[in-house]
Amino acid sequence: MAKYIIKRVAYMFISLFLIASFTFVLMKLLPGSPLASAEKLSVEQREVIYEKYGLNDPIPVQYVRYMGNLAKGDFGVSFQFKKADVTTLIVSKLKYSMILGAQALVFGTIVGIVLGMIAALKQNTIWDYGSTVIAILGVSIPSFVFAVMLQYVFAVHWEFFDVGLWNSWKSSVLPSIALAMGPIAIAARFIRTEMIEVLSSDYIMLAKAKGASWLEIAFKHAFRNALIPLITVLGPVAAGLLTGSLVVEQIFAIPGIGEQFVKSINSNDFAVIMGTTMFFSVFLIVIILIVDILYGIIDPRIRLSGGGK
Amino acid sequence: MEKIIEVKDLELSFHTFAGEVKAIRGVNFEVFKGETLAIVGESGSGKSVTTKAIMRLLPESSTEFKNGQILFDGKDLLKTSDKDMQKVRGKEISMIFQDPMTSLNPTMPIGKQIMEPLLKHQKLSKEEARRKSIELLSLVGMPQPEQRMKQYPHQFSGGQRQRIVIAVALACNPKLLIADEPTTALDVTIQAQILELMKDLQKKIETSIIFITHDLGVVANVADRVAVMYGGQIVEFGTVDEIFYNPQHPYTWGLLSSMPSLDTTEEKLYAIPGSPPDLLDPPKGDAFALRSEYAMKIDMEEKPPLFKVSDTHYAATWLLHPDAPKVDPPAAIVERMKKFPGSRYYEGSAGGGR
Repeated sequence: MAKYIIKRVAYMFISLFLIASFTFVLMKLLPGSPLASAEKLSVEQREVIYEKYGLNDPIPVQYVRYMGNLAKGDFGVSFQFKKADVTTLIVSKLKYSMILGAQALVFGTIVGIVLGMIAALKQNTIWDYGSTVIAILGVSIPSFVFAVMLQYVFAVHWEFFDVGLWNSWKSSVLPSIALAMGPIAIAARFIRTEMIEVLSSDYIMLAKAKGASWLEIAFKHAFRNALIPLITVLGPVAAGLLTGSLVVEQIFAIPGIGEQFVKSINSNDFAVIMGTTMFFSVFLIVIILIVDILYGIIDPRIRLSGGGK
Repeated sequence: MEKIIEVKDLELSFHTFAGEVKAIRGVNFEVFKGETLAIVGESGSGKSVTTKAIMRLLPESSTEFKNGQILFDGKDLLKTSDKDMQKVRGKEISMIFQDPMTSLNPTMPIGKQIMEPLLKHQKLSKEEARRKSIELLSLVGMPQPEQRMKQYPHQFSGGQRQRIVIAVALACNPKLLIADEPTTALDVTIQAQILELMKDLQKKIETSIIFITHDLGVVANVADRVAVMYGGQIVEFGTVDEIFYNPQHPYTWGLLSSMPSLDTTEEKLYAIPGSPPDLLDPPKGDAFALRSEYAMKIDMEEKPPLFKVSDTHYAATWLLHPDAPKVDPPAAIVERMKKFPGSRYYEGSAGGGR
């Protein structure tokens, strides 16, 4: 197990190196300047600034310097914000996005699993159809439509929440629910399909023949087996959620990473763009690793070994 | 002898998109204490459905019990509540399924799966249940039972898994064990081991067994009595000797003729022509008539009743009617019947006895 994880971490660094190199080249290919209003500066002023940040050096030199700093964990400084180094900037913004994402993920998965279980156990009844309708709505309506609806109903109409204000945990409730619609729909559909398949398998029949009750069959025998495919799809969903949502963050005025990322792209702030890309990549890779480890825990048939069998 | 279970006039249908499938059309049998009843028949004859009906394991939404009773311990299992049924399953009646590769939960250690019925029905403590499970595992011939308790099904071979399933089934010393083709998915050497094991254990815990199979070789090995099913009905039943050496129903003749034998001179193995009857619209008379070369006019019109051959032997064929013409069964069957005292072809001690 330890050997397996070490191996995976080594691969992770190779992936990150490739991603960093590729993004760097892409950034350099883009036209434009990271200076906010380059045209207002005189040629001399621009030269001074470019010299200061090393932007006049040949690209390979810049690349080596950047990668060297990256290896030391230094993402450089933002051009956009005064005296902001990228790491602090991203961490401070990512915090909000992650709180939202984690809440949405946990809430969405639990609600989705419950809906899916009900649908499977009460197959072809009104419960099943109701859960299916919710799942289809969840998949087909974009989260920002939900965001606007939720905000209108609960914040504008009933005034339970503040509109477009971020001050306490309460402010995270509506955006979390809006973000959770995706995972609810995904989890509900997957769990329903899997549960129905698992419930018709031989070992469920044997469990019944042993005298197990309905609840024991559903939870002790079927649930764990139905969970395995869900974990696969939830991995990328989790990465997406935890790294922030541009639109939902905009609607609820959340100072999160999604908003930040777009601002940086618009202003060609390549240090921040590179930094954010690297953060997202690390996230995705780590989550995929966690998913693979979870597999082994839930399904004993998948054994993690370094042997590469 | 004490009757363990009695199935009376069982009739049931499945409601499918195509219509009503009359899967079981009046089945009667009983199982006595300590005996093994084999139910044989081809796929779709209703063998498995009958036993799943006993366990009430058929899908409730699509199954309709039209008639009949299943008497066990003085109560009708068809009228027992779900809750009470849970106390019967695994405790009084347990079941072994066909495919050991899929009948154990892949994400649960096997020890836990054996302990489950013990904890549920015998109210043992966890430690007691664990000890009993280890005992059961060694009883079914699993080496190093203690270490293996924590392992998962994928760490066992097919034969070992079937041993585990048997351990689960026998955990609470059931009065009746239903074995639904327990050896079909295993290779021949393992088959023999599992059959030996089942016979051994039956003696030890004095359980009755209903053994479903389509393999007549297995029947000869394990059964005391045999019921032959065809098209959702029992067409012939009797002791194992009566069925093998004095069969009366043309379908039983067909089954026995299609059994490979070492001392046959024929090059080609006999196969019953045609296909099983469509139970969406079952034939009016004898369900086997359309495939039988011995069919008479009445077979197409009226369902034959069970004619008595001996006190233990009955067959549902018009050929046994006093007015029926005397026909000779296939030559291979006549050869068999020559060895059976009481059959009309018996040749006395000249046939070498039995």
